[in-house]
Amino acid sequence: MPDIEIRKFVTAVEEIFHEGGPVTDTPLQRAAIMAVIKNPFAGHYAADITGFMEDLRPLGLDMARRLVDLLGGNPSRVEGYGKGAIIGAGGELEHGALWHAPGGYAMREVLGGAKAIVPSAKKVGGVGARLDVPVTHINASYVRSHFDSMEVGINDAPKTDELAYVLVMTTGARIHNRAGGLASEEIKGEDGLR
Amino acid sequence: MSAEIRKIAVWVEETHIEIGKAISPPTRKAVAVAVIANPFAGKFVEDLSPLMDIGAELGGLLGDRCVVALGITPTEAESYGKAAMVGENGELEHAAAILHPKLGGPLRVAVEKGAALVPSSKKMGGPGQVLDVPLGHKDAAYVRSHFDGIEVRLNDAPRANEILVAVAITDSGRPLPRVGGLTSDQATGKDGLR
Repeated sequence: MPDIEIRKFVTAVEEIFHEGGPVTDTPLQRAAIMAVIKNPFAGHYAADITGFMEDLRPLGLDMARRLVDLLGGNPSRVEGYGKGAIIGAGGELEHGALWHAPGGYAMREVLGGAKAIVPSAKKVGGVGARLDVPVTHINASYVRSHFDSMEVGINDAPKTDELAYVLVMTTGARIHNRAGGLASEEIKGEDGLR
Repeated sequence: MSAEIRKIAVWVEETHIEIGKAISPPTRKAVAVAVIANPFAGKFVEDLSPLMDIGAELGGLLGDRCVVALGITPTEAESYGKAAMVGENGELEHAAAILHPKLGGPLRVAVEKGAALVPSSKKMGGPGQVLDVPLGHKDAAYVRSHFDGIEVRLNDAPRANEILVAVAITDSGRPLPRVGGLTSDQATGKDGLR
């Protein structure tokens, strides 16, 4: 399997103080990191692609650690996460699916064994394509206050033969969350759901 | 009047490969934006000096955010730029009031020097619209390797009564500069031009 050839990293951090309601003392932070890498399978159909998941593991861990650093360096501050992929037009949707294991498990490992499945989105797109990366609570998927998303994209990627793999972390609930449902204080955090 | 900030966002782009050639060390660009309430939305106000003060506040705040995001000392900053996008209930002159009279002074403190004019752009716009922030060498505007730009956009800003204000800073020029002209080594940086 080929080495990972990284063309660029893009990071984004949003810090939200209010959205028309009361101003908070602890702003919600959302952080994203995107790695733009060469797609070794672009332009042809390869039947066996699973080995690339193993190759991606160090990249996933590096990206997850960078995200924690962007949020101040303390993994315990992270309450929500998500992941995604934009596959350049020379590739296929399945190449985005290769990110599920290395991206998801990297974040769960860096966050000390987070329980919930990491929500995800993927699509094929060209340079400048935008992706809305879904976000849910790291230990209990049903926590309604933490359902969120973050839009990512960059003007010059992914090129035809590239993949843009994305990880997102957030530090809490939506800024004025008040739609009820399971609250983060109520979770058991055993099954990853509630 | 100080700025009523709804959110702050910071992006960093790190380019490791350009057209197949390794870039070592990678070129890096940061851009920080503040989404603020437009105190003059929906009405004509002759005296825009409160927006000028907001410009001074944001020049320092956003300049510092970029320097921190790049992990550099202020003197290591090489180029800069600024831009604003005014939501539909404002007017273009509001962007001018924020950007031109007072923003540059505190920004120059953030990058320690900055003899050159800070290149700028401005426009009216709505949520999700792109704002291209021009970049130029901070001490010598004619340094050709550092003419560049960086794109920003936020899906939820600027709302009608908001202004999106951006400051961009780099620690490098373009990845593979080779169109001649004044180089940063040759620049004396006294008159802001050469």
